[in-house]
Amino acid sequence: MRVDLALIAGMVAPKTRVLDIGCSDGALIDHLFRNLDCDARGLEIDMETVTLAVAHGLPVMQGDADTDLASYPDGAFDYVVLSRTLQAVEKPREVLRQMLRIGTHAIVSFPNFGHWTLRLQLLFTGRMPMTKNWSRMWYETPNIHPCTIRDFFDLCAADGYIVEEWLAADEAGARAPWRRWPALANVFGEQGLFLLRKA
Amino acid sequence: MDQTAARPEIQHQSVTFAEGLTLDCGRHLGSLTIAYRTYGRLNAAKSNAVLICHALTGDQYVAEANPETGKPGWWEQVVGPGRPVDTEKFFVICTNVLGGCMGTTGPRSEHDAHAGQPWGTDFPPVTINDMVRAQKRFIDHLEIGRLFAVVGGSMGGMQVLAWAALFPQRVFAAVPVAAAAYHSAQNIAFHEIGRQAIAADPDFWAGRYWEHGVTPKRGLAVARMTAHITYVSEAALTRKFGRKLQETAGLSALGDRFEVESYLQYQGSSFVRRFDANSYLTITRAMDLFDLSADYGGVLPSAFAGTKTRFLLVSFDSDWLFPTEQSRAIARALNHVAANVSFVEIKSDKGHDAFLLDEPDFHRTLRGFLAGCAEHAGLS
Repeated sequence: MRVDLALIAGMVAPKTRVLDIGCSDGALIDHLFRNLDCDARGLEIDMETVTLAVAHGLPVMQGDADTDLASYPDGAFDYVVLSRTLQAVEKPREVLRQMLRIGTHAIVSFPNFGHWTLRLQLLFTGRMPMTKNWSRMWYETPNIHPCTIRDFFDLCAADGYIVEEWLAADEAGARAPWRRWPALANVFGEQGLFLLRKA
Repeated sequence: MDQTAARPEIQHQSVTFAEGLTLDCGRHLGSLTIAYRTYGRLNAAKSNAVLICHALTGDQYVAEANPETGKPGWWEQVVGPGRPVDTEKFFVICTNVLGGCMGTTGPRSEHDAHAGQPWGTDFPPVTINDMVRAQKRFIDHLEIGRLFAVVGGSMGGMQVLAWAALFPQRVFAAVPVAAAAYHSAQNIAFHEIGRQAIAADPDFWAGRYWEHGVTPKRGLAVARMTAHITYVSEAALTRKFGRKLQETAGLSALGDRFEVESYLQYQGSSFVRRFDANSYLTITRAMDLFDLSADYGGVLPSAFAGTKTRFLLVSFDSDWLFPTEQSRAIARALNHVAANVSFVEIKSDKGHDAFLLDEPDFHRTLRGFLAGCAEHAGLS
């Protein structure tokens, strides 16, 4: 399993109900079911990926985070996970609101647009940065809402979400040691991972 | 109870329940016969039973040659040893639907009040729920408490949904394929053309055709031809036939000039040899009456409130009779009650009929879903 998924799994309590939005092949929900005895389900936009996941026996439905979350009832899940997808949805703020409506906790990870390599590229080349995380040209990238770790803290404050836990990680997902300094994490963390709940 | 000369007399495996069945319309059938086939072995815990629900013109011969036509079972690609519904793991049951003409009580069965006479058009209107209650009577008879899965396409999918709504405790996993929670106005309209074609056939005799030793072959064939067009996609018809001509001399307005015409006529004529016109009227009407949410105040999620059943919904992108949006609406209704739902739309250019055909992605999906459910049910 991807290291960042392992970090997410580390935030989930055993025997809970989990919805993984943008679950891809379902590696996380498979792990949560097998090792933590969770009732874990997935939502994925790409039909071929959904077919693969269901063919592996995983409960995954095709759907779109921007439109399908509204059909779930309040508090249906203990955790709603959105990994590396927030920057690609049409209405990130609304998706986050829906996540904390249908779940008591939200777990969100996203690539940090404030990382120093991106800052330097923009400063020195004057062009949109291209890295492993941000690898598509601006006119064809699905990542239409990039944000930084500080931006995300601001949104949580504005919408009244409590950050129960957060960390910055490098590309491989290994935990990075800037726990107490969001400003440093915002420069050196390649991705941010947050555990939220409503105030 | 076969009085139509055109059909061969075949004994179907069946069981009769003397207490009969009370129908949604309020009438009571004096006795209920269920014709069925089973495949594989029921385990000691009786926990590995899979009920297959057939479509409008299907039958119980799901995984073996049909004794009337000699053709392979209608779902041999899906049900059998090593198939997605593996008869080496599961005990597979398929019954002919109530109102059918392959041995289960229907318009060709003996009339309650007139010994020696078939029901014909006197047969009470039945609903999809009635079909499911009849099946449940049979499942009770087999002393199977909980079905591991109920699987079906098209009208079979409607039955799966009705099973999940009426008897949620009795269904561990439900797989409605190319289905809908209600029959749309367009679907009803196409059925009505078929029914009118049957009624307009001079050999129909107001539904009492057996008294005249005939069957409304032409009307039933036209009904089948119309319906068949709705089962395939425009792309599939083009791929198969395009504008290819038959090798016939001269021009005529009637007669098979184009290959697609003779194909349709073949579909029509082979159908009338195996299907009873009054059954066709009864079952198409049952489909038209189907509207799952109507029994729940028009709120579809209420049909599934509190369900523990695991669902797999499958649609096909070229199916315009039961389009993907219908399956997605069911998926969203299930989300409303936080049910366990998997939902896929399979890419295929074969239209509604795709669920019966060689669609590897569909078969992989179904196999995987059942394997996952078997694990959760403690079967594997």
